[in-house]
Amino acid sequence: MKLAIASGKGGTGKSMVAANLAFTLSTTDKVTLVDCDVEEPNLHLFFPAPAMMTEVTVPVPVVDETTCQHCGKCGEFCQYGALTVLSKRVLFFPELCHSCGGCMLVCPNDAIHEEPKRIGTLSISMPQPGLKLISGTLDTGSPHAVPVIRAAKKLAAQDPVVILDTAPGTSCPVVEALDGCDACILVTESTPFGLHDLQLAVDVVARLGIPAGIVINRSDGKDAETLRFCTDHDLEVMMTIPFSCEIAAIQSRGDLLCRERPEWQKDFCALYAKCRALAGVDE
Amino acid sequence: MIRLAVISGKGGTGKTMITAALAQLLPGKLVLADCDVDAANLELLLNPKLLRTEPFMGMKTAVIDPALCTQCGECMEHCRFGAIEHDGELYRVNPLRCEGCAVCVHVCPVATTMQPRQTGEINYSQTDRGHLVHARLVPGAGNSGLLVHAVKKMTMEQDKDCDLFLIDGPPGTGCPLISTISGVDAVLIVTEPSVSGLHDLKRVVAVCRQFRPHIFVAINRFDLEQSLTDTIQTWCREENIPVVGMIPFDPAVIEAVRNGRAVTFTNTSPAAQAIQILAAKLEQELTNLGTQR
Repeated sequence: MKLAIASGKGGTGKSMVAANLAFTLSTTDKVTLVDCDVEEPNLHLFFPAPAMMTEVTVPVPVVDETTCQHCGKCGEFCQYGALTVLSKRVLFFPELCHSCGGCMLVCPNDAIHEEPKRIGTLSISMPQPGLKLISGTLDTGSPHAVPVIRAAKKLAAQDPVVILDTAPGTSCPVVEALDGCDACILVTESTPFGLHDLQLAVDVVARLGIPAGIVINRSDGKDAETLRFCTDHDLEVMMTIPFSCEIAAIQSRGDLLCRERPEWQKDFCALYAKCRALAGVDE
Repeated sequence: MIRLAVISGKGGTGKTMITAALAQLLPGKLVLADCDVDAANLELLLNPKLLRTEPFMGMKTAVIDPALCTQCGECMEHCRFGAIEHDGELYRVNPLRCEGCAVCVHVCPVATTMQPRQTGEINYSQTDRGHLVHARLVPGAGNSGLLVHAVKKMTMEQDKDCDLFLIDGPPGTGCPLISTISGVDAVLIVTEPSVSGLHDLKRVVAVCRQFRPHIFVAINRFDLEQSLTDTIQTWCREENIPVVGMIPFDPAVIEAVRNGRAVTFTNTSPAAQAIQILAAKLEQELTNLGTQR
Protein backbone atom coordinates (compact mmCIF):
# COMPACT_ATOMS: atom_id res chain seq x y z
CA MET A 1 0.00 0.00 0.00
CA LYS A 2 1.46 3.33 -1.12
CA LEU A 3 -0.55 6.25 0.22
CA ALA A 4 0.18 9.87 -0.72
CA ILE A 5 -0.85 12.94 1.27
CA ALA A 6 -1.31 15.98 -0.99
CA SER A 7 -3.22 19.26 -0.91
CA GLY A 8 -2.83 21.87 -3.65
CA LYS A 9 -2.75 24.70 -1.12
CA GLY A 10 0.20 24.87 1.25
CA GLY A 11 -0.12 24.82 5.02
CA THR A 12 -3.37 22.86 5.19
CA GLY A 13 -1.84 20.16 7.39
CA LYS A 14 -0.40 17.52 5.04
CA SER A 15 2.62 16.86 7.22
CA MET A 16 0.45 16.77 10.33
CA VAL A 17 -1.80 14.09 8.82
CA ALA A 18 1.15 12.12 7.41
CA ALA A 19 3.12 12.20 10.69
CA ASN A 20 0.17 11.21 12.87
CA LEU A 21 -0.96 8.48 10.51
CA ALA A 22 2.53 6.97 10.36
CA PHE A 23 2.98 7.28 14.13
CA THR A 24 -0.33 5.52 14.81
CA LEU A 25 0.25 2.71 12.30
CA SER A 26 3.79 2.11 13.54
CA THR A 27 2.46 1.04 16.95
CA THR A 28 1.09 -2.14 15.31
CA ASP A 29 2.76 -2.39 11.87
CA LYS A 30 5.92 -1.63 9.96
CA VAL A 31 5.56 1.73 8.21
CA THR A 32 7.81 3.80 5.97
CA LEU A 33 7.21 7.54 5.92
CA VAL A 34 8.72 9.39 2.94
CA ASP A 35 9.06 13.17 2.96
CA CYS A 36 8.66 14.13 -0.72
CA ASP A 37 8.34 17.86 0.06
CA VAL A 38 12.05 18.12 -0.65
CA GLU A 39 12.04 21.91 -1.00
CA GLU A 40 10.82 22.32 2.56
CA PRO A 41 10.93 18.92 4.30
CA ASN A 42 9.48 19.06 7.82
CA LEU A 43 8.70 15.51 8.97
CA HIS A 44 12.10 15.03 10.63
CA LEU A 45 11.16 17.86 13.00
CA PHE A 46 8.41 15.64 14.43
CA PHE A 47 10.64 12.55 14.66
CA PRO A 48 14.07 13.65 15.87
CA ALA A 49 16.50 10.72 15.63
CA PRO A 50 20.02 10.06 14.42
CA ALA A 51 19.93 9.65 10.64
CA MET A 52 22.13 8.11 7.99
CA MET A 53 22.78 10.57 5.17
CA THR A 54 23.52 9.93 1.51
CA GLU A 55 23.94 12.39 -1.32
CA VAL A 56 21.64 12.63 -4.33
CA THR A 57 23.54 13.38 -7.49
CA VAL A 58 22.59 13.91 -11.13
CA PRO A 59 24.92 13.41 -14.09
CA VAL A 60 26.03 16.65 -15.73
CA PRO A 61 28.23 17.13 -18.79
CA VAL A 62 31.92 17.93 -18.59
CA VAL A 63 33.52 19.14 -21.81
CA ASP A 64 37.09 18.11 -22.56
CA GLU A 65 38.42 21.35 -24.06
CA THR A 66 41.38 19.56 -25.68
CA THR A 67 39.20 17.34 -27.90
CA CYS A 68 36.30 19.84 -28.30
CA GLN A 69 36.27 21.44 -31.77
CA HIS A 70 33.75 24.09 -30.64
CA CYS A 71 31.40 23.01 -33.42
CA GLY A 72 28.40 24.17 -31.37
CA LYS A 73 26.26 21.04 -31.86
CA CYS A 74 25.75 20.48 -28.12
CA GLY A 75 24.65 24.07 -27.56
CA GLU A 76 22.27 23.88 -30.50
CA PHE A 77 20.79 20.63 -29.26
CA CYS A 78 20.30 21.54 -25.59
CA GLN A 79 16.62 22.46 -25.18
CA TYR A 80 17.29 24.16 -21.84
CA GLY A 81 20.00 26.59 -22.90
CA ALA A 82 22.46 24.99 -20.47
CA LEU A 83 25.39 25.03 -22.92
CA THR A 84 26.73 28.05 -24.80
CA VAL A 85 29.58 27.35 -27.19
CA LEU A 86 32.02 30.22 -27.77
CA SER A 87 34.84 30.19 -30.31
CA LYS A 88 37.40 28.95 -27.80
CA ARG A 89 35.42 27.50 -24.91
CA VAL A 90 32.08 26.09 -23.78
CA LEU A 91 30.07 27.71 -20.99
CA PHE A 92 27.93 25.33 -18.90
CA PHE A 93 25.06 26.50 -16.65
CA PRO A 94 24.40 23.56 -14.30
CA GLU A 95 21.18 24.99 -12.82
CA LEU A 96 19.56 24.86 -16.29
CA CYS A 97 20.69 21.27 -17.06
CA HIS A 98 18.08 18.48 -16.86
CA SER A 99 20.68 15.67 -17.17
CA CYS A 100 19.10 14.27 -20.34
CA GLY A 101 22.46 13.21 -21.81
CA GLY A 102 21.64 14.72 -25.22
CA CYS A 103 24.80 16.82 -25.51
CA MET A 104 26.94 13.71 -25.07
CA LEU A 105 24.96 11.89 -27.77
CA VAL A 106 25.25 14.65 -30.36
CA CYS A 107 28.93 15.49 -29.82
CA PRO A 108 30.76 14.30 -32.97
CA ASN A 109 34.16 14.34 -31.22
CA ASP A 110 33.33 12.41 -28.03
CA ALA A 111 34.48 15.43 -26.11
CA ILE A 112 31.71 15.27 -23.49
CA HIS A 113 31.48 12.88 -20.57
CA GLU A 114 29.29 13.04 -17.48
CA GLU A 115 30.20 13.50 -13.85
CA PRO A 116 27.89 13.40 -10.85
CA LYS A 117 26.79 16.70 -9.34
CA ARG A 118 25.21 16.86 -5.90
CA ILE A 119 21.72 18.43 -5.77
CA GLY A 120 20.45 17.19 -2.43
CA THR A 121 20.53 14.56 0.29
CA LEU A 122 18.52 11.64 1.61
CA SER A 123 18.39 10.84 5.28
CA ILE A 124 17.11 7.59 6.73
CA SER A 125 16.24 7.14 10.37
CA MET A 126 14.34 4.75 12.66
CA PRO A 127 12.78 7.19 15.12
CA GLN A 128 10.81 4.46 16.87
CA PRO A 129 10.17 0.72 16.50
CA GLY A 130 8.13 0.00 13.38
CA LEU A 131 8.78 3.38 11.76
CA LYS A 132 11.33 4.19 9.08
CA LEU A 133 11.60 7.82 7.98
CA ILE A 134 13.14 8.75 4.62
CA SER A 135 13.57 12.48 4.02
CA GLY A 136 14.67 14.01 0.75
CA THR A 137 16.22 17.47 1.01
CA LEU A 138 16.97 19.64 -2.00
CA ASP A 139 20.15 21.68 -1.59
CA THR A 140 19.28 25.36 -1.21
CA GLY A 141 19.72 27.11 -4.55
CA SER A 142 19.20 23.95 -6.59
CA PRO A 143 16.03 24.18 -8.70
CA HIS A 144 15.53 20.50 -9.54
CA ALA A 145 13.32 18.85 -6.93
CA VAL A 146 12.17 15.90 -9.05
CA PRO A 147 15.37 13.76 -9.01
CA VAL A 148 15.54 14.06 -5.20
CA ILE A 149 11.91 12.92 -4.89
CA ARG A 150 12.59 10.02 -7.26
CA ALA A 151 15.62 8.95 -5.19
CA ALA A 152 13.66 9.13 -1.91
CA LYS A 153 10.83 7.01 -3.33
CA LYS A 154 13.26 4.45 -4.70
CA LEU A 155 14.59 3.79 -1.20
CA ALA A 156 11.07 2.82 -0.10
CA ALA A 157 10.16 0.89 -3.24
CA GLN A 158 10.19 -2.56 -1.58
CA ASP A 159 8.49 -1.57 1.68
CA PRO A 160 4.96 -2.89 2.27
CA VAL A 161 3.31 0.20 3.80
CA VAL A 162 4.54 3.57 2.55
CA ILE A 163 3.10 6.99 3.40
CA LEU A 164 4.33 9.83 1.19
CA ASP A 165 4.06 13.47 2.19
CA THR A 166 4.07 15.64 -0.97
CA ALA A 167 4.89 19.27 -1.74
CA PRO A 168 2.06 21.79 -2.10
CA GLY A 169 0.99 22.80 -5.60
CA THR A 170 0.02 20.81 -8.67
CA SER A 171 3.14 20.71 -10.84
CA CYS A 172 6.03 18.30 -11.41
CA PRO A 173 7.13 17.68 -7.79
CA VAL A 174 3.59 16.65 -6.87
CA VAL A 175 3.16 14.47 -9.96
CA GLU A 176 6.49 12.75 -9.26
CA ALA A 177 5.48 11.99 -5.67
CA LEU A 178 1.99 10.75 -6.64
CA ASP A 179 3.17 8.57 -9.50
CA GLY A 180 2.56 4.90 -8.68
CA CYS A 181 0.58 5.51 -5.47
CA ASP A 182 -2.47 3.35 -4.69
CA ALA A 183 -4.50 6.10 -3.05
CA CYS A 184 -4.25 9.73 -2.04
CA ILE A 185 -5.52 11.79 0.88
CA LEU A 186 -6.19 15.43 -0.07
CA VAL A 187 -6.00 17.69 2.98
CA THR A 188 -7.98 20.91 2.71
CA GLU A 189 -9.32 23.77 4.79
CA SER A 190 -12.73 25.37 4.41
CA THR A 191 -11.76 28.69 2.89
CA PRO A 192 -12.11 29.88 -0.72
CA PHE A 193 -8.32 29.38 -1.07
CA GLY A 194 -8.55 25.83 0.26
CA LEU A 195 -11.46 24.94 -2.01
CA HIS A 196 -9.95 26.55 -5.11
CA ASP A 197 -6.71 24.62 -4.70
CA LEU A 198 -8.54 21.41 -3.74
CA GLN A 199 -10.29 21.54 -7.11
CA LEU A 200 -6.89 21.71 -8.85
CA ALA A 201 -5.52 18.84 -6.75
CA VAL A 202 -8.58 16.70 -7.51
CA ASP A 203 -7.93 17.36 -11.20
CA VAL A 204 -4.31 16.16 -10.88
CA VAL A 205 -5.14 12.90 -9.07
CA ALA A 206 -7.91 12.23 -11.60
CA ARG A 207 -5.46 12.67 -14.49
CA LEU A 208 -3.11 10.22 -12.79
CA GLY A 209 -5.95 7.78 -12.12
CA ILE A 210 -5.37 7.69 -8.35
CA PRO A 211 -8.39 7.27 -6.06
CA ALA A 212 -8.61 10.12 -3.54
CA GLY A 213 -10.46 10.99 -0.35
CA ILE A 214 -10.64 14.23 1.62
CA VAL A 215 -9.55 15.33 5.08
CA ILE A 216 -10.90 18.71 6.22
CA ASN A 217 -8.46 20.24 8.67
CA ARG A 218 -8.91 23.17 11.11
CA SER A 219 -12.65 23.09 10.52
CA ASP A 220 -14.56 25.94 12.16
CA GLY A 221 -17.83 24.29 11.19
CA LYS A 222 -18.33 26.40 8.05
CA ASP A 223 -17.63 23.50 5.70
CA ALA A 224 -20.82 23.60 3.61
CA GLU A 225 -19.16 24.62 0.32
CA THR A 226 -16.36 22.08 0.66
CA LEU A 227 -18.88 19.35 1.51
CA ARG A 228 -21.00 20.29 -1.51
CA PHE A 229 -17.95 20.11 -3.78
CA CYS A 230 -17.07 16.67 -2.37
CA THR A 231 -20.61 15.36 -2.86
CA ASP A 232 -20.73 16.71 -6.44
CA HIS A 233 -17.42 15.03 -7.26
CA ASP A 234 -18.11 11.77 -5.44
CA LEU A 235 -15.28 12.35 -2.98
CA GLU A 236 -15.56 10.89 0.51
CA VAL A 237 -14.77 13.19 3.43
CA MET A 238 -12.85 10.62 5.44
CA MET A 239 -12.04 12.77 8.46
CA THR A 240 -12.74 16.24 9.82
CA ILE A 241 -10.28 17.74 12.30
CA PRO A 242 -11.71 20.74 14.18
CA PHE A 243 -9.81 23.98 14.65
CA SER A 244 -8.40 24.07 18.14
CA CYS A 245 -5.68 26.24 19.64
CA GLU A 246 -4.48 23.17 21.53
CA ILE A 247 -3.94 21.11 18.34
CA ALA A 248 -2.29 24.11 16.67
CA ALA A 249 0.08 24.54 19.64
CA ILE A 250 1.02 20.83 19.67
CA GLN A 251 1.81 21.06 15.97
CA SER A 252 3.73 24.35 16.29
CA ARG A 253 6.01 22.89 18.97
CA GLY A 254 6.83 19.94 16.73
CA ASP A 255 4.90 17.44 18.86
CA LEU A 256 2.43 14.86 17.58
CA LEU A 257 -1.27 14.99 18.30
CA CYS A 258 -1.48 11.20 18.57
CA ARG A 259 1.41 11.06 21.07
CA GLU A 260 0.13 13.92 23.22
CA ARG A 261 -3.54 12.92 22.94
CA PRO A 262 -3.57 9.13 22.33
CA GLU A 263 -7.37 9.13 22.02
CA TRP A 264 -6.84 10.48 18.46
CA GLN A 265 -5.11 7.24 17.39
CA LYS A 266 -8.42 5.49 16.76
CA ASP A 267 -9.44 8.29 14.37
CA PHE A 268 -6.24 7.87 12.37
CA CYS A 269 -6.69 4.07 12.36
CA ALA A 270 -10.17 4.61 10.94
CA LEU A 271 -8.74 7.01 8.34
CA TYR A 272 -6.23 4.39 7.24
CA ALA A 273 -8.96 1.74 6.94
CA LYS A 274 -10.88 4.10 4.63
CA CYS A 275 -7.75 4.65 2.53
CA ARG A 276 -7.29 0.89 2.15
CA ALA A 277 -10.88 0.63 0.99
CA LEU A 278 -10.29 3.50 -1.48
CA ALA A 279 -7.26 1.70 -2.90
CA GLY A 280 -9.22 -1.53 -3.12
CA VAL A 281 -6.70 -3.47 -1.03
CA ASP A 282 -9.17 -4.30 1.75
CA GLU A 283 -9.42 -7.99 2.37
CA MET B 1 10.37 50.63 -10.30
CA ILE B 2 10.89 48.70 -7.08
CA ARG B 3 10.19 44.97 -7.33
CA LEU B 4 8.97 43.30 -4.13
CA ALA B 5 8.12 39.59 -3.82
CA VAL B 6 6.12 38.17 -0.92
CA ILE B 7 7.34 34.61 -0.26
CA SER B 8 7.35 32.17 2.64
CA GLY B 9 9.20 28.88 2.24
CA LYS B 10 6.44 27.04 4.11
CA GLY B 11 3.03 27.10 2.47
CA GLY B 12 -0.07 28.53 4.11
CA THR B 13 1.60 31.17 6.27
CA GLY B 14 -0.47 34.03 4.81
CA LYS B 15 1.44 35.31 1.74
CA THR B 16 -1.63 35.98 -0.38
CA MET B 17 -3.61 37.61 2.42
CA ILE B 18 -0.69 39.97 3.14
CA THR B 19 -0.01 40.68 -0.56
CA ALA B 20 -3.64 41.74 -1.07
CA ALA B 21 -3.48 44.01 1.97
CA LEU B 22 -0.17 45.55 0.84
CA ALA B 23 -1.67 46.18 -2.60
CA GLN B 24 -4.33 48.24 -0.90
CA LEU B 25 -2.02 50.07 1.51
CA LEU B 26 1.26 50.78 -0.30
CA PRO B 27 1.21 54.12 -2.15
CA GLY B 28 2.16 54.92 -5.74
CA LYS B 29 1.40 53.40 -9.10
CA LEU B 30 1.25 49.63 -8.71
CA VAL B 31 1.28 46.48 -10.79
CA LEU B 32 0.67 43.01 -9.36
CA ALA B 33 1.69 39.51 -10.38
CA ASP B 34 0.66 36.16 -8.94
CA CYS B 35 3.70 33.93 -9.36
CA ASP B 36 2.21 31.01 -7.39
CA VAL B 37 1.19 29.61 -10.76
CA ASP B 38 0.36 26.09 -9.42
CA ALA B 39 -2.32 27.42 -7.14
CA ALA B 40 -2.95 31.10 -7.86
CA ASN B 41 -5.23 32.66 -5.25
CA LEU B 42 -4.57 36.39 -5.33
CA GLU B 43 -7.44 36.96 -7.75
CA LEU B 44 -9.84 35.61 -5.13
CA LEU B 45 -9.16 38.72 -3.00
CA LEU B 46 -8.78 41.38 -5.71
CA ASN B 47 -11.89 40.80 -7.78
CA PRO B 48 -10.09 41.44 -11.10
CA LYS B 49 -11.75 42.23 -14.40
CA LEU B 50 -10.16 40.08 -17.10
CA LEU B 51 -8.80 42.15 -20.00
CA ARG B 52 -7.18 39.41 -22.06
CA THR B 53 -5.76 35.88 -21.99
CA GLU B 54 -2.73 34.46 -23.77
CA PRO B 55 -1.84 30.79 -24.12
CA PHE B 56 1.35 29.65 -22.41
CA MET B 57 3.42 27.21 -24.41
CA GLY B 58 5.85 25.37 -22.18
CA MET B 59 8.65 23.13 -23.42
CA LYS B 60 7.80 21.15 -26.54
CA THR B 61 6.77 17.54 -25.95
CA ALA B 62 7.82 14.45 -27.88
CA VAL B 63 5.17 12.67 -29.96
CA ILE B 64 5.58 9.27 -31.62
CA ASP B 65 3.73 8.62 -34.86
CA PRO B 66 2.55 4.98 -34.54
CA ALA B 67 2.26 4.65 -38.34
CA LEU B 68 5.99 5.37 -38.76
CA CYS B 69 7.34 3.68 -35.60
CA THR B 70 9.53 0.66 -36.39
CA GLN B 71 9.40 -0.61 -32.78
CA CYS B 72 13.19 -0.39 -32.41
CA GLY B 73 12.86 0.81 -28.82
CA GLU B 74 15.77 3.26 -29.05
CA CYS B 75 13.62 6.11 -27.69
CA MET B 76 12.67 4.17 -24.57
CA GLU B 77 16.24 3.09 -23.97
CA HIS B 78 17.62 6.62 -24.15
CA CYS B 79 14.86 8.52 -22.33
CA ARG B 80 16.12 9.31 -18.84
CA PHE B 81 12.75 10.49 -17.57
CA GLY B 82 10.82 7.26 -18.03
CA ALA B 83 8.51 9.16 -20.37
CA ILE B 84 8.30 6.49 -23.08
CA GLU B 85 5.84 3.71 -22.35
CA HIS B 86 5.38 0.47 -24.24
CA ASP B 87 2.04 -1.29 -23.84
CA GLY B 88 3.11 -4.46 -25.64
CA GLU B 89 2.09 -3.08 -28.99
CA LEU B 90 2.81 0.63 -29.26
CA TYR B 91 5.42 3.07 -27.96
CA ARG B 92 3.85 6.17 -26.45
CA VAL B 93 5.07 9.35 -24.77
CA ASN B 94 3.63 10.15 -21.35
CA PRO B 95 3.39 13.96 -21.54
CA LEU B 96 3.37 14.29 -17.73
CA ARG B 97 6.86 12.75 -17.60
CA CYS B 98 8.34 14.20 -20.81
CA GLU B 99 10.78 17.03 -20.03
CA GLY B 100 11.15 18.08 -23.66
CA CYS B 101 14.85 17.18 -24.03
CA ALA B 102 14.45 15.84 -27.62
CA VAL B 103 16.89 12.95 -27.08
CA CYS B 104 14.25 10.54 -28.44
CA VAL B 105 13.99 12.59 -31.64
CA HIS B 106 17.76 12.40 -32.02
CA VAL B 107 17.94 8.61 -31.60
CA CYS B 108 14.73 7.79 -33.50
CA PRO B 109 15.24 7.26 -37.21
CA VAL B 110 11.74 8.24 -38.33
CA ALA B 111 8.74 8.44 -36.05
CA THR B 112 9.40 10.97 -33.27
CA THR B 113 8.91 14.74 -33.41
CA MET B 114 8.76 17.57 -30.91
CA GLN B 115 5.36 19.26 -30.81
CA PRO B 116 4.34 22.49 -29.10
CA ARG B 117 1.96 21.96 -26.21
CA GLN B 118 -0.09 24.50 -24.30
CA THR B 119 0.53 23.95 -20.59
CA GLY B 120 -1.14 27.03 -19.20
CA GLU B 121 -2.54 30.48 -19.79
CA ILE B 122 -1.58 33.96 -18.71
CA ASN B 123 -4.29 36.44 -17.77
CA TYR B 124 -3.97 40.21 -17.82
CA SER B 125 -6.57 41.87 -15.63
CA GLN B 126 -7.61 45.17 -14.12
CA THR B 127 -8.02 45.66 -10.36
CA ASP B 128 -8.77 48.75 -8.26
CA ARG B 129 -5.05 49.06 -7.55
CA GLY B 130 -3.62 48.50 -11.02
CA HIS B 131 -3.08 45.68 -13.44
CA LEU B 132 -2.77 42.07 -12.28
CA VAL B 133 -0.93 39.41 -14.24
CA HIS B 134 -1.96 35.95 -13.13
CA ALA B 135 -1.54 32.55 -14.69
CA ARG B 136 -3.00 29.11 -14.61
CA LEU B 137 -0.83 26.05 -15.10
CA VAL B 138 -2.56 22.99 -16.48
CA PRO B 139 -2.77 20.76 -13.38
CA GLY B 140 0.06 18.23 -13.44
CA ALA B 141 2.06 20.11 -16.08
CA GLY B 142 5.73 20.95 -15.62
CA ASN B 143 7.54 24.18 -16.48
CA SER B 144 6.12 26.21 -13.59
CA GLY B 145 9.44 28.10 -13.42
CA LEU B 146 9.13 29.04 -17.09
CA LEU B 147 5.55 30.20 -16.55
CA VAL B 148 6.67 32.36 -13.62
CA HIS B 149 9.28 33.90 -15.91
CA ALA B 150 6.61 34.57 -18.56
CA VAL B 151 4.31 36.21 -15.99
CA LYS B 152 7.10 38.51 -14.78
CA LYS B 153 8.12 39.34 -18.34
CA MET B 154 4.60 40.34 -19.32
CA THR B 155 4.29 42.51 -16.22
CA MET B 156 7.59 44.30 -16.88
CA GLU B 157 6.71 44.92 -20.52
CA GLN B 158 3.15 46.09 -20.00
CA ASP B 159 3.55 48.22 -16.88
CA LYS B 160 7.13 49.44 -16.86
CA ASP B 161 6.14 52.93 -15.72
CA CYS B 162 4.86 51.72 -12.32
CA ASP B 163 6.47 52.69 -9.00
CA LEU B 164 6.04 49.27 -7.41
CA PHE B 165 5.86 45.75 -8.83
CA LEU B 166 4.29 43.57 -6.12
CA ILE B 167 4.55 39.79 -6.49
CA ASP B 168 2.65 37.06 -4.64
CA GLY B 169 5.20 34.25 -4.68
CA PRO B 170 5.10 30.45 -4.51
CA PRO B 171 6.00 28.34 -1.48
CA GLY B 172 9.12 26.17 -1.48
CA THR B 173 12.70 26.81 -2.53
CA GLY B 174 12.84 25.16 -5.98
CA CYS B 175 12.41 26.18 -9.58
CA PRO B 176 9.32 28.50 -9.34
CA LEU B 177 10.67 30.26 -6.23
CA ILE B 178 14.08 30.86 -7.80
CA SER B 179 12.40 32.15 -10.95
CA THR B 180 10.26 34.48 -8.79
CA ILE B 181 13.08 36.07 -6.78
CA SER B 182 15.63 36.43 -9.56
CA GLY B 183 15.95 40.13 -10.33
CA VAL B 184 13.70 41.44 -7.51
CA ASP B 185 14.90 44.25 -5.23
CA ALA B 186 13.34 42.97 -2.02
CA VAL B 187 11.53 39.99 -0.57
CA LEU B 188 9.09 39.95 2.33
CA ILE B 189 9.16 36.48 3.91
CA VAL B 190 5.96 35.65 5.78
CA THR B 191 6.59 33.08 8.51
CA GLU B 192 4.72 31.66 11.49
CA PRO B 193 5.78 30.63 14.99
CA SER B 194 6.15 26.88 14.50
CA VAL B 195 9.18 24.62 14.25
CA SER B 196 8.25 24.04 10.58
CA GLY B 197 7.90 27.79 9.93
CA LEU B 198 11.34 28.52 11.42
CA HIS B 199 13.01 25.61 9.60
CA ASP B 200 11.52 26.69 6.26
CA LEU B 201 12.36 30.36 6.90
CA LYS B 202 16.04 29.46 7.34
CA ARG B 203 16.09 27.49 4.09
CA VAL B 204 14.35 30.16 2.02
CA VAL B 205 16.70 32.85 3.43
CA ALA B 206 19.66 30.66 2.35
CA VAL B 207 18.23 30.57 -1.21
CA CYS B 208 17.56 34.35 -1.24
CA ARG B 209 21.15 35.04 -0.18
CA GLN B 210 22.37 33.40 -3.37
CA PHE B 211 20.60 36.24 -5.17
CA ARG B 212 20.68 39.88 -4.15
CA PRO B 213 17.33 41.01 -2.78
CA HIS B 214 16.96 42.84 0.52
CA ILE B 215 15.22 40.51 2.96
CA PHE B 216 12.42 41.47 5.34
CA VAL B 217 10.39 39.18 7.60
CA ALA B 218 6.83 39.32 8.91
CA ILE B 219 5.60 36.90 11.59
CA ASN B 220 1.97 35.96 11.08
CA ARG B 221 -0.18 34.63 13.95
CA PHE B 222 2.76 35.55 16.20
CA ASP B 223 0.72 35.20 19.40
CA LEU B 224 -0.11 31.51 18.84
CA GLU B 225 3.28 30.34 20.17
CA GLN B 226 5.14 33.22 21.79
CA SER B 227 8.28 31.21 22.60
CA LEU B 228 8.82 30.36 18.92
CA THR B 229 8.10 33.96 17.93
CA ASP B 230 10.92 34.96 20.31
CA THR B 231 13.21 32.37 18.71
CA ILE B 232 12.44 33.67 15.20
CA GLN B 233 13.06 37.28 16.29
CA THR B 234 16.38 36.35 17.89
CA TRP B 235 17.47 34.45 14.78
CA CYS B 236 16.49 37.35 12.48
CA ARG B 237 18.44 39.79 14.69
CA GLU B 238 21.54 37.59 14.49
CA GLU B 239 21.16 37.42 10.72
CA ASN B 240 20.56 41.19 10.40
CA ILE B 241 17.12 40.65 8.87
CA PRO B 242 14.57 43.31 9.89
CA VAL B 243 11.28 41.95 11.27
CA VAL B 244 8.89 44.54 9.85
CA GLY B 245 5.58 43.02 10.88
CA MET B 246 3.93 41.11 13.72
CA ILE B 247 0.38 40.05 12.91
CA PRO B 248 -1.81 38.47 15.60
CA PHE B 249 -4.09 35.49 15.07
CA ASP B 250 -7.45 36.97 14.11
CA PRO B 251 -10.62 35.20 12.90
CA ALA B 252 -11.32 38.38 10.87
CA VAL B 253 -8.69 37.15 8.38
CA ILE B 254 -10.64 34.01 7.45
CA GLU B 255 -13.84 36.06 7.38
CA ALA B 256 -12.25 38.53 4.93
CA VAL B 257 -11.01 35.68 2.69
CA ARG B 258 -14.50 34.19 2.71
CA ASN B 259 -15.86 37.59 1.65
CA GLY B 260 -13.27 37.81 -1.12
CA ARG B 261 -11.41 40.89 0.06
CA ALA B 262 -8.28 42.01 1.88
CA VAL B 263 -8.55 41.99 5.68
CA THR B 264 -7.56 45.67 5.61
CA PHE B 265 -10.77 46.50 3.73
CA THR B 266 -12.04 47.54 7.16
CA ASN B 267 -9.43 48.83 9.59
CA THR B 268 -10.99 47.74 12.85
CA SER B 269 -9.64 44.21 13.32
CA PRO B 270 -6.36 43.55 15.17
CA ALA B 271 -4.85 41.88 12.06
CA ALA B 272 -5.76 44.87 9.84
CA GLN B 273 -4.17 47.28 12.29
CA ALA B 274 -1.00 45.19 12.49
CA ILE B 275 -0.75 45.03 8.69
CA GLN B 276 -1.10 48.81 8.49
CA ILE B 277 1.96 49.11 10.71
CA LEU B 278 3.75 46.51 8.53
CA ALA B 279 2.89 48.46 5.36
CA ALA B 280 4.14 51.74 6.84
CA LYS B 281 7.46 50.16 7.88
CA LEU B 282 7.86 48.44 4.54
CA GLU B 283 7.10 51.68 2.68
CA GLN B 284 9.88 53.39 4.64
CA GLU B 285 12.32 50.54 3.90
CA LEU B 286 11.44 50.56 0.17
CA THR B 287 11.84 54.35 0.00
CA ASN B 288 15.31 53.95 1.51
CA LEU B 289 16.12 51.31 -1.12
CA GLY B 290 14.91 53.66 -3.85
CA THR B 291 17.12 56.52 -2.69
CA GLN B 292 20.12 54.19 -2.30
CA ARG B 293 19.88 53.21 -5.95
